[in-house]
This record gives sequence, C-alpha cells and structure tokens, in this order.
Amino acid sequence: MSLHPILVALRKHKAGVVLIALQIALTLAIVCNAVFIIYSRIEKVNRPTGINETNLLLVEQQWVSASNGDSAAGIQQFDSLLRNDLDTLTRLPDVESVAPINSIPLLNSSWTGGIALKPGPGLSDKNNVHTAYYFGDEHMVDTLGVHIVAGRNFTSAEINNKGMRDQSEPNLVIVTQDLAKKLFPKDSAVGKVVYLDGSNTPSTIIGIVERMQIPAVGWGDNFTWYSTLVPTRVNAIFSRYIVRTRPGRLDSVRRSIVPALYNANPMRVLDDDDAVRSFTDIRENAYRADVGMAVLMGVVCLILLAVTAAGIVGLTSFWVGQRHRQIGVRRALGARKIDILHYFQLENLMIAGGGAVIGIGLALGLNRWLMSSFEMQRMPLYYVLAGLVVVMVLGQLAVFVPARRASNVPPVVATRSV
Amino acid sequence: MLAYYFDLALRSLKRNRALTALMVLAIALGIGASMTTLTVLHVLSGDPLPGRSGSIYYPQLDPQDMKDYTPGVEPPEQLTWTDGMYLLRAKRATRQALMTGGMVPLQSAQSSIDPFQAAALYTTADFFPMFGVPFKYGNGWGAGEDGSKARVVVITSDLNDKLFGGKNSIGQILRLKEAAFRIVGVLGDWHPNPHFYEWYMGSYASDEDVYLPLSASRDLLMEHDGSTECWGNSGGDQSHLETVNCTWLQFWVQLDSPARVAAYNDFLQHYSQDQHAMGRFMRPPNVRLRTMMQWLDHIKVVPSDTRLQTWLALGFLAVCLINTVGLMLAKFMRRAGELGVRRALGASQRALFGQLLMESGVIGIAGGLGGLLLALLGLWLVRQQPADYAKLAHMDITMLSATFVLAVGASLLAGLLPAWRACRIAPALQLKGN
Repeated sequence: MSLHPILVALRKHKAGVVLIALQIALTLAIVCNAVFIIYSRIEKVNRPTGINETNLLLVEQQWVSASNGDSAAGIQQFDSLLRNDLDTLTRLPDVESVAPINSIPLLNSSWTGGIALKPGPGLSDKNNVHTAYYFGDEHMVDTLGVHIVAGRNFTSAEINNKGMRDQSEPNLVIVTQDLAKKLFPKDSAVGKVVYLDGSNTPSTIIGIVERMQIPAVGWGDNFTWYSTLVPTRVNAIFSRYIVRTRPGRLDSVRRSIVPALYNANPMRVLDDDDAVRSFTDIRENAYRADVGMAVLMGVVCLILLAVTAAGIVGLTSFWVGQRHRQIGVRRALGARKIDILHYFQLENLMIAGGGAVIGIGLALGLNRWLMSSFEMQRMPLYYVLAGLVVVMVLGQLAVFVPARRASNVPPVVATRSV
Repeated sequence: MLAYYFDLALRSLKRNRALTALMVLAIALGIGASMTTLTVLHVLSGDPLPGRSGSIYYPQLDPQDMKDYTPGVEPPEQLTWTDGMYLLRAKRATRQALMTGGMVPLQSAQSSIDPFQAAALYTTADFFPMFGVPFKYGNGWGAGEDGSKARVVVITSDLNDKLFGGKNSIGQILRLKEAAFRIVGVLGDWHPNPHFYEWYMGSYASDEDVYLPLSASRDLLMEHDGSTECWGNSGGDQSHLETVNCTWLQFWVQLDSPARVAAYNDFLQHYSQDQHAMGRFMRPPNVRLRTMMQWLDHIKVVPSDTRLQTWLALGFLAVCLINTVGLMLAKFMRRAGELGVRRALGASQRALFGQLLMESGVIGIAGGLGGLLLALLGLWLVRQQPADYAKLAHMDITMLSATFVLAVGASLLAGLLPAWRACRIAPALQLKGN
C-alpha cells in the first residue's frame, strides 16, 4: 500500500494529527521516566541489608535518673544498668542472643565518621572514607547475623565501655568487605591499621563481615555499605538492644520484653508502641515513602496510558465517521475490508511514530532535568525504547476497534447521499 | 442568549454521551491529581506565621576555621553559645530569641501518669511575644527568669489536657529531669506549619510539649538533640557546650523596617570583623540575614518527593488537556453541517464561537466538580500516609477556588482552538457538500 494517500489525507487534519502526536509524545516522556523512578525505588527497597532480618527485635529505652552521662561515675552507673538489662533479656525464654547496639541498618539514627590510613586530623584528606559506626559487644555479630568472611569476631575480653561523648577511639574494629576493599584495594585488610575520625590512636582491623548496610535512610548514598563495628558499649541515659529469638517465637518474646524490663528496674521510660520493634517493622517504616511513591507513579502511568488510548479511539472514531462516504467509494471501487483496516492502522502507526520520535527527545530531556533538580540517575536508553514499543502497540490496539468499524462500511454507501 | 447557548450545549453533550463522559473524566482526573499535589505543596510551603513572618529574620555567622573555606561558602546553620549569647544580649533587634530542642523525662507530681519523654524547647523570653504565641492561661517568662536560671515552664494545651484535665494549672509543679519546675503558662492553640524554628525535630513534626528557659536547661545539663556541628578538635561534649567550637543554637530576630534590617546586617558584619581581628573567627566576615520564608526555602523544607509528585501531576494534566482539545476539535468539526446551517440563517461567527465555548465551559465545570471530588479523595489518601506532614493535607478556600479556576480555565483554553476552527467554516461550502 502506498503511503501517499495517507499523507495527503493527514494534511487535511493537521490540528488533530498534531494533538494526537503531542499527546503520545508527552505520554511516552512521562511514562518512561515514571517507570524508571519506580524501578529505582523498587531496587532500593529490595536490597538486603546484609543482616539476618528474620527473628530480630530492637529494644529502645531510657532510664529515669539524675546521673550525668559525662562524669566517670555516671558512665559506670549507666554501664551497670545496661549490663543488668542485657542479663534480663538473655534470661528470657526463646531468646538466642542479645547485644547492646547504638543503631541498626535502616533505623535512620546514625553515628558516622571518617576512616583514614594516616593519623591526625584532616577530614578532607583523600584517603579519608566516610563510614557509619555500630557500637556493641562480642554478641553483636551473631545477634545481627552478619557473616565474618575473614579474620575473627571480638572476644569478651576485648569489649570496653565509654560515655557517649568520649572521643577516644577503639584499638580493634571489624569492617565490611566493601569498606575493606575501598581502604585496601590490593590485599587483605585483616591486621591492617586505620585511624578513625582523624585521631592518632591506631585501630587494627581484626575481621571482615560480608555485607552490612549503614543506618541512614534517604541520605548517605555514597557510603551505604561502609559500616564499621566497634567493640565498645556506649553508655548514656538511653540504650538500645538487639534480640535474636528462636525461629517462630518472635511475637511471644516481643510481648515478654517490656514487662521483664520494668520488673527488673521500674525507673525507666519505654514507649508504648515503639519500645520493641521487629526488624520487619523497621524495614517497612524506612521504605514506606518509597513504596508509596512507586505505587503512585504506577497508578499515574496506567491512567495516562488509558487516557491516551481513549483519546486515540475518540479521534479515530470521528475520522471514520467523517470519511464514511469516501470509505464506501473505495469499497465500491474494489478495496477489500482488510485494505480499509490497514489504511487506518498504517495511519495510526505514522502518527504514533511521529509522536514517539518527539517523545524520545522529551523523555531524555525530562530525565536530564530530573537529574539536575532531583538527584536522579541517568535513565538507560532501553527504557525509552521499551516505552516506544509500548506506545506504538497501545496506538495499534486503540485504533483497532474504530478501524474495524470502518472496514465494515458497505460499498453501497457510495451510492447514497448523506 | 447565554441560557440558549447553555441549552444547546447540553443537547449537544447528550447526543454523544460516551465522548462527553470521556472528556469530563479526562479533565476530572487531570484536575484531581494536580489539585491533590498542589494542595500538599501549598500546605507544606505555607507561611507558618502569616502577617508576622515578613519581619522575622534568621542571622548566620561563620566562626569556623579555614579548613574547606572558599569565598562565598554558606555559613553554618546554627550559632555557637558565645555568639548566640552575644547577639542575644546586644539587643540590637526589636526582639530576639535563642533556642534549641531536646527530650526530657517528665514526671507530674499530681497525676498518676507514668514518667515519659517530653519534647522540650529550651529558649529565651522573647520567643513568645516575637512569634505571637497565644496563651490560654498565664504568660511566658521574662528576661529576669532567663538571667536567674529560673525553674519555670510553659506547657502546651495538649499536655495540660493530659496532665490536668484542661484546668488552669498555673503554679503547679512538673518534674523535668528530676528537678521541680513551676508552670507559668499554658499555650493556646498554636501549631505553626512548617515547624520553622526547630526544624531538626522534623519540619512538620508535632509541636513540643514544654518550653523552658535555655539557662535552666544548661544548668541541669538537659539533653540537647538535633545537630551539633563542630570543627577543630572540639567534640560535642554535652557539659561544656558553652565553650566548645560547636554550633548548636538557633537564633531568630524581629526587625520591623528595612533600615533596621540594614543596620542589623552591618552589626553582624562588624561583629564578625571584630572577632576576626581578635583571632577568634579565622574566616573573614561571612554573614547571612534571611527572612523566615527565604530561610525555609534555603533549608529545602518541602520534601523533594512532594515537588516531584507535583510536576508529575502537572504533566498528567497537560496530557489530559491535550486529549480534551483533540476530542473537542473532532466533535466540533463533525458538527460543521449544523454550524453551516446556523451561519446561513444569520448567526454571526461570534455567536457560534460563544456557543461552542459555552459547551467547553460546561465540560470544564463538570470536570472541575469531578476533579474536586477526586482531589478530596486524593487528600484523604495522603492523610492515611505515615509522613509527618500527612495530617496537614486539607483543602482550604484558596485551593478550593483555585481548583475551579483551573478546571474552567483549562477547559475553556482547551475549547478555544476547536471553537475558533469550527466557527470559521464557510457556510456555503458546508451546505453545498450536503
């Protein structure tokens, strides 16, 4: 079939053609970028933190006490309160292990710093890598369920304690594999010495864990996997504990924790709802906004595609009605039904193709703009190509019903007037 | 005449129900999505103190060392104790208040409620008059109480309801971090949004429970939350925050005239110069004096996802409108015969144009109504979200009228091109064709 008659006919409907093409172009641009945003959010939400996320509880509490967390006596008092709590929690039935900790992945409460190969201050030093610290004891690794791939865990003799604002640095640390590779790209980091936060105290890396995410949510993308484990109980007026329960016993342990802690020492504050949370809750809470955004984008995409399809159906139906007589004439002159069907399909293919070409440009431009104003990644080209296929197929599906109606126009129409 | 056009429009719309429904639905969806996101944006970027915010300013100084210094670098967001107290005592502004937030264990002497963590704001006397805080009972405290580190506290009406059943609790005692504080004031209904003066607690977070003098909070070494930015070898040791090289305090001033603003800016410059000359400030004078709204804009108080959603919804509206233009064009052109007859019978082009615009206006009003319902549904969905701003997502009169203006304006705009094309047809040609 020659394209010439289609082009000539289209020239008679410039406004309609331009509008449909423009609509397809905008739809393509928005849908590509929205799907890319959905994909980025889903990828982010689904990545594992590196810890064993099942059967894990986080306990947060605060003591009611006049002790001062900055005096030596106050720190020791808080430490004995903390060890009493660890004891209470360990004795609970169905508890596998318990450890004090300052934060856990996705909690969005971070203690971050810089880790360097050279001593002394100089935070802008090139060798300085951003890291998030996890303070805990020898049970921290097992309770979190992270895997040590090289070196060893802390022993109980290596654990010390300090006040929250004590600036002293530990002698030993465990780092993640990603952080070890970043610091020592060539050889094993075990046994190597690093300096934390610009201090002059050398800290020896004694172990490497496979993977562990930092607590930050919504920021810290440049050091997501650079965690450092420190063998120190941090003493302050508040404390956090992680509790690993026997499989399937999460809920019963969860219920027994608050009464047990109050029973051991009533001079404390435990939040009614948030004192004991499972890691599942923490993960859900951390990514709720991302999931919401992905759902919203998905709904908007579907509605957008539906509106565009409806627009194509509407406009093509109108064109079919307008050309009713001409179609009859073509049929009378020997055109088959399939020729009429193909005519409208080809016409739509050309309009949608034209719109899609503009749409590709718009989609890439939109992505560039989103990158500059919303810290988005560059969209891979195959998103645009997939979007192109989607709008072309959508156009063909939408045009099919009115085009078939056109093909059913009987040749006898040609002989009637009006 | 208008009534006749309206009648014609209704008849025409009824003739092709599916097409009409499609156009109305497209406009309603576009309007609904845009108005939902625009309302959220409007609420989030709103003025927390209407009528007052224009004269409230946020001064910044740069006391840091030369590390990472480049000319024009943004000074720290907060002030050190030394600078904050100097600016506070200099009293160069009409009013000024220094503040930071924290959590304190609270016990009530009278009530049987368990001790709990209360959100506190540690501030100075001018906080209440400067921000126009309404009181239900009693008053704030004065400069005398600031100076004497008095154990006095102002509580919110919510906390007053919780502890004292809403009765006048002036003179009652609250225990904050084991120390006795006397209640001197109960706030009225005051919920500025965004929570501009202490944004580290969350820009749209609920308000504090208690307000107490900054001097008393330091006296008792109450926990200070939020950000503490240090430089050099200083750490954020909670008990020596008065002397360390850390910024941790927010400072707001009220300046009533442009002349006073300029004078205050000069004052900040001179103070920085003096400190630089003395060697305390390593950096050359680097000050900012932003209005409240400029400051909120600067700290990007509106979440980026909200802005992204607004752009998405506007793009969506654009597609829906283009869709409507196309459909309306098709519809009007199809009625060329009818319009040709009307022209031949003496109707002017203007009359036809008016008639067709009326038809698109009717679609716009119907779409606007549908869009309004969808927007209300959308806002209800937003309120079910866990975000701290979610509960604020309500439509006000401004946004309600904006919805209608947008809907009718958009559909009239959409009807403009089709109506113009349709009324320009030559009557003779149409009649001959038939």
